[in-house]
Amino acid sequence: MVKVFIYPSNSLILSDLVDRFGHEPLAMMQEIGKKIRTAGLDSPPINITPEDPKLGLKYAAVEVPAGVRGRMSLLGPLLEEAEAGIIVREPDISFGCMGCARTNELINFLVRAKKVPLLEMDYPKTEDEAKAFVHKIREFLDGLSGAQSGKGDE
Amino acid sequence: MAKENLVKIAQLSCGSEYSGIQKEIETAAAMVDAEIIFPEITIDDVKAVEERFGLQVASPDLKLMMARAQALVDGKTNADAVLIATCFRCAEAALVRNEMRRYIHENSKFPVISYSFTERTTAGTLLTRLEALTTTARRRSLLAREHQEGLTAGIDSGSTTTKAVIMQDDKVVGTGWVPTVKVMESATEALNNAMKEAGITRDAIQALGVTGYGRFLIGDEFKADLIQEEITVNSKGAVYLAGHQKGQATVIDIGGMDNKAISVQDGIPGMFTMGGICAGASGRFLEMTSKRLGVDITELGALAIKGMQEHVEMNSYCIVFGIQSLVNSLAKGSVPEDVAAAACYSVVEQVFEQQLQEVEVKEPLIMVGGSSLIEGVPKAMHDLLKIDVTVPPHSQYIGAVGAALLASGFINK
Repeated sequence: MVKVFIYPSNSLILSDLVDRFGHEPLAMMQEIGKKIRTAGLDSPPINITPEDPKLGLKYAAVEVPAGVRGRMSLLGPLLEEAEAGIIVREPDISFGCMGCARTNELINFLVRAKKVPLLEMDYPKTEDEAKAFVHKIREFLDGLSGAQSGKGDE
Repeated sequence: MAKENLVKIAQLSCGSEYSGIQKEIETAAAMVDAEIIFPEITIDDVKAVEERFGLQVASPDLKLMMARAQALVDGKTNADAVLIATCFRCAEAALVRNEMRRYIHENSKFPVISYSFTERTTAGTLLTRLEALTTTARRRSLLAREHQEGLTAGIDSGSTTTKAVIMQDDKVVGTGWVPTVKVMESATEALNNAMKEAGITRDAIQALGVTGYGRFLIGDEFKADLIQEEITVNSKGAVYLAGHQKGQATVIDIGGMDNKAISVQDGIPGMFTMGGICAGASGRFLEMTSKRLGVDITELGALAIKGMQEHVEMNSYCIVFGIQSLVNSLAKGSVPEDVAAAACYSVVEQVFEQQLQEVEVKEPLIMVGGSSLIEGVPKAMHDLLKIDVTVPPHSQYIGAVGAALLASGFINK
C-alpha cells in the first residue's frame, strides 16, 4: 500500500478511487477530521487556531498570506508523507476545491518537486473522457505496488 | 455595554477560516450584539458570477465571495450590514475586496467595512470597526441629529490626549485638553477644566457622551448616556463643525496611535478604514520629529509651512528609520523648516498610499484631530490630492464635540 497525495486535496471522488484501488489517500478531509475530533476545540470552521498559520511557516514565508500558511499547516505534513501523487488540472469546483489559487500553485509545485511517481491529468469534460480518466488512475495505482520510481503523465 | 437589537452582519471573506481568526470575528461581533451570517448561494451562482460581474479571478473562494455579494445586492439575504475580509498581502484578494466594497456601496444601502487580516488579528482589533458598522446599521435616527440642544458634555479619551467639551445650544462653551496618563484621572481633569471654563458644575450637565480608547472605562465610571467609537462620533463631529451636514464628505483623522479615513454621506459613515499597523504614519511620528528639532509640537506646523519637503531625502516611512533620515538630513545641513515639511509629507503620503486607496475621496475633505492643527499636515494633504482641505474650528476636540452633539439626543430619555 502506497500513500498517495491527491489534488484537489478535498476531492471525495479521488480519495475514494485511491482507497478502492488499494492505496492510502492523503487528503484534506482526514486532517480536518482530526481537528474536529480533538477535544477542546470548537467546531469547524473555527477549528483552525491562530497557531496553525505559524506552523505553515515551514512551507511558506511570512510574507505569504495567512490563509495560505494555514492551509499549508494541514497539507504540508501530508506532502511530507506522500509516496506518490495524483494531480487533476483545472477541476470543476464540485469535484473538489481548495479555495485559494496561491495554495494550489504551491502544493502542485511541492508534489512535483518531491520526485515521487506522479500522475497529472486534465479534468474530464465528456463521458468518454471520464471513463478514460478513471481507467488511467486505476492503471497508475495498479502500477504503484511498491514501485517508487518513474513518472506517469497523460 | 447594554444589550441592543441584534444586527446581522453578512461576512464575505476569503481565507479567514484558514487563518485562525474566524473565532475572533465572531467574538467581536458578539461583543456588539451582532451575528455573523453567510449569504446562501448555489454552486451555479459561483460559476456564473465572473461573467456577470466581469472580474475573473483564480481563487474559488474569491468567486464564492463575489457570488455572496451578488446575493446581498439582489436582496436574497436578510442582513443589516456587511463585513468584507481577505488575507493581508494577497493581491488578488485586495482587488476583489475593493471592487466588492465599491459594488455593494453603490448598489445597496448596506453599511460596509473591509479589512485585511493576518493570523494576529484579534477580536480587540476588530471591535471598533464592528461597533461603527453596527451603530450605522441600528442607530440611523440618532445619527440624523444635526443640532446640539441643552447643556451636554463630551469626552474623547484618546491614546495620547484626553479632550473634553461642554456644549450649550449649538455652541462650544468650555474645553479641556490634557495628556492621557491614567485614563480616569485624565478624563476627570479634562472634564473639570471644560466645566470650569464653561462656569458650570457637574449636576448641570444634562447628558454625557464618551468616545476614544478609554470610552468603556470612563463611560461606566461617569455613567455616560452614550458610549460610542470614534468612527461614528468623529464623522458626526467633523461635518457638524465644518457646517457640511448634508451630502458627501471625507473625514481624515491622523491620531496618536491610528488613523481614520471615512467617507461620509449626510453625516453617516459609509466606507472607512482604520490604520494602526505603523507608528510612522501617526501623530507620534510628528511628536518625535518636533522633539528632535527642539520645538513644541504646536510650532511644528508653522515651521513646515516655510519648508520644502523635496529638499530632504526620506529613505523610510518607519518611525525609527524615518527619524534617522531626518537626523541625517540635519547633519548634512538641512534646515529645520525642510525637515518639518518632510515629516508632515511622510505621514500624509503614507495615509494616502495605505488608506485613501480604499476610501473614495469626495469633497469637501475635512481634516480633524490634533494633527490637523499642524499646518504642514493639511498642506501636504492638499499638495498630494490637489483638492482644498478644510480644518474646522475646534478640530482638535472633534471626538468630544461629536459625543456631546449625539448625547443631546438622550436628554429627554
